[in-house]
Amino acid sequence: MKVLLDILRRENAEAAPWHQCIPFETADTNATVASALTAINADPSLRDTEGRPVTPIRWECSCLQKKCGACAMRINGVPRLACDAQLADLGETVRLAPLGKFPVVADLMVDRSGMMQQLRDMRLWLETDEPAADPDALAASYEASRCLQCGCCLEVCPNFYVDGDFYGMAAAVPVSRIVAEADEAQMADLRRAYRSHVYEGCGKSLACRDICPAGIDIEGLLVRSNAAAVWKRRRKGRK
Amino acid sequence: MHPVYIIGAGLAGLSAALTLAEQGRPSVLVSLQPSERAQSVLAEGGINAALDTMGEGDTVEDHYNDTLRGGVWLADPNAVAALTAGAPDVVRRLAAMGVPFNREDGHIVQRNFGGQKHKRTAYARSSTGKILMNAVIDVVRRHEAAGLVTRLPHHECLRLLTEEGRCIGVRIRDTYTGAMTDGFGRVILCTGGLCGLFPGHTTGTTQNTGDVTAMAFSLGAALAGLEMLQYHPTTVGIAGKRCLVTEAARGEGGRLCIRRDGALWYFMEEKYPELKNLMPRDVVAREMYFVRRDLGGSVLLDMTSLPEATWENKLSDLREELMHYLSLDPKKDLIPVEEGIHYFMGGIDTDIGHRTSLPGLYAAGECACQYHGANRLGGNSLLGALFGGQTAAQSVMGDVHDDDDVPAPRPFTGEEPLAAPVSAAFAEAVCEILLGGMGIVRSEAGLTAALDALSALTPGNARERCRLRLAEAMLTAARARRESRGAHYREDWPQTDESFRKTAVAEMQGDAVTITFRPLPERRETS
Ligand SMILES: Cc1cc2nc3c(=O)[nH]c(=O)nc-3n(C[C@H](O)[C@H](O)[C@H](O)COP(=O)(O)OP(=O)(O)OC[C@H]3O[C@@H](n4cnc5c(N)ncnc54)[C@H](O)[C@@H]3O)c2cc1C
Ligand code: SF4
Ligand code: SF4
Ligand code: FES
Repeated sequence: MKVLLDILRRENAEAAPWHQCIPFETADTNATVASALTAINADPSLRDTEGRPVTPIRWECSCLQKKCGACAMRINGVPRLACDAQLADLGETVRLAPLGKFPVVADLMVDRSGMMQQLRDMRLWLETDEPAADPDALAASYEASRCLQCGCCLEVCPNFYVDGDFYGMAAAVPVSRIVAEADEAQMADLRRAYRSHVYEGCGKSLACRDICPAGIDIEGLLVRSNAAAVWKRRRKGRK
Repeated sequence: MHPVYIIGAGLAGLSAALTLAEQGRPSVLVSLQPSERAQSVLAEGGINAALDTMGEGDTVEDHYNDTLRGGVWLADPNAVAALTAGAPDVVRRLAAMGVPFNREDGHIVQRNFGGQKHKRTAYARSSTGKILMNAVIDVVRRHEAAGLVTRLPHHECLRLLTEEGRCIGVRIRDTYTGAMTDGFGRVILCTGGLCGLFPGHTTGTTQNTGDVTAMAFSLGAALAGLEMLQYHPTTVGIAGKRCLVTEAARGEGGRLCIRRDGALWYFMEEKYPELKNLMPRDVVAREMYFVRRDLGGSVLLDMTSLPEATWENKLSDLREELMHYLSLDPKKDLIPVEEGIHYFMGGIDTDIGHRTSLPGLYAAGECACQYHGANRLGGNSLLGALFGGQTAAQSVMGDVHDDDDVPAPRPFTGEEPLAAPVSAAFAEAVCEILLGGMGIVRSEAGLTAALDALSALTPGNARERCRLRLAEAMLTAARARRESRGAHYREDWPQTDESFRKTAVAEMQGDAVTITFRPLPERRETS
């Protein structure tokens, strides 16, 4: 298999971005964008289409099996996980760019610490040590637990931008885990945070649901959290 | 109050940070990437504790015995006694943190796992690690908001700072900016397994490079149990790694076979009529190796006769994964599987309180050698990471003095030789040699050849030199253990030899790697 990788490169946050086109060939029919980047970085003799050397491309990965969210980037314009993107499905030219809503560190690497800051701001933890244990709450908590904190949903969200009041699905999904299990005492604070950082900013277009690489049931979780946090619907078995 | 430096933010590191915070001691949690991306999130099967929720009369003593037997009597009995006695509280605590364990009529469901006499493994569907991590991250976040924990993701630990044989701090580098900082105080290493020594050949993550273990070894910390690598029998090669096919695939009826004279031979069923495909991991992996060596071709996992309901309710994730990555449908295709390196029983040598041989330095989780002996039981490592992190933190609390003269952190602007990474070509060369010597079946000749090949490599920088020493220690330990035990199988010494019921301890003496065998302690009477 032969592809041309067109990579948007940048030495650091201040440097001007430029395109480097690298011909890449592999016998592995299951090769992914992640394995191509690994192979390119392992080969110091590689040249781009203009004969220039290819310095190590900065990007992040960890699990290589779409379970950690590290390798999110824009692939042919679409935010997705590099370890989940098989070259065979991507056409002859594969365009790679960093996620666009976060500050770039270098090349394909972005600083997503803002997402973690949002979770701290939302006070994302349980105050009670007797969390709800009814099957319905546990099922919601399990589903919400699958969020990879990859940030793909924020990329496609029309309403999210860094440092804004609206925190997007990358916060709303984890919050729904806490909403499912919290006691009433904590719910008062949670409701306030949920309204101002999730409910009031979300246009409910669900573009985030269609892009989520974990396939999380975002709609189901939203309906559930809205009921509990906005409409104050009584949750089963909670004081 | 000066903080404790914790390197690694997987389950062990988080557990240490949490324990310290609960006692009011601040910590700095350093990791290459945020906790959400640590290897701990990959664990699927579950966590062990003798809660006896299934009414089988399970006890802590049974858990203790299974763990020691599983490790073929090479684990420290006192450490295992503490681990198994602490396990029920660890799991109850997780439930109180909101972990959605699978439940029935309100109680936590426990399942069978390899090498255990009772149903002892609690789980959260097929993502136990991910779910536990979320809960522990939440609790740590609360302490973070209160200022007791400082998380430093995207920071790499480059070296330990030592003074007169003591560890007095760490040098870390912000991987975003390149800025280096020297931090002072006690240090707990929680950097995970040695996956980086086998790029592309383990089920783990690329973050766990093994560089910290290699560096600590070069700076004087003893390592132990390095010959003990756990190969998981059923993994599949996907781009860039070995992907685990859960033991549940065989638990639910999957069968291993190989083509012989044009027909499928279900060799495990013929050779082990009682336990068949569910023999312990090391036995299955070895048999796979032998049939492949004798017959050629691949070993295949046959799941074609599993009932529809099993695919729907229990193995849907697995089917989706195989179809996605291999374009094979296990409902009708045979899946070629191979052994893959899955767990490192050996690592940094610690005492029962998780203190290393360097005063001031502690280690917990998969980077440490503790609890598992010659073989780790499934479900015992999540437990070991949580309990180990907690124990290390408690030891720190006992050892630390507030009038210790601990300087404030300061930027380091000099030349750091350990800053340059191991090159891909060098990593590949070391990996090939290690795989040659430390495969599933080992021999004196193979290990000697591997050591010779290793000595012909020339390291290009300081980190490569550290890696070379670690690789040498692994091969030397495997050569010195002239017996077969658990994960370590020697073709030329196929029997288990009681005189080798000792821990192989590796140390640097000047520039030379030495291995000594240390007897195991007796189990102390418990009060
Ligand atoms: C696919 C898979 C399935 C598994 N299933 C189970 C199971 O069902 N049950 C079970 O008990 N066990 C299971 N295990 C094993 C278990 O998950 C691990 O042993 C355990 O999670 C290890 O936790 P840890 O905290 O020691 O390390 P990890 O979670 O690996 O964390 C290591 C940390 O160290 C950091 N780090 C590494 N190097 C550096 C450096 N130089 N500088 C700074 N930080 C660094 C990393 O960033 C990371 O934060 C499984 C393992 C795998 C791979
Ligand atoms: S539903 Fe629309 S507005 Fe709301 S988080 Fe998703 S993409 Fe953004
Ligand atoms: S909700 Fe989905 S897309 Fe958004 S951060 Fe979580 S896993 Fe990623
Ligand atoms: S590397 Fe973990 S999701 Fe891609």
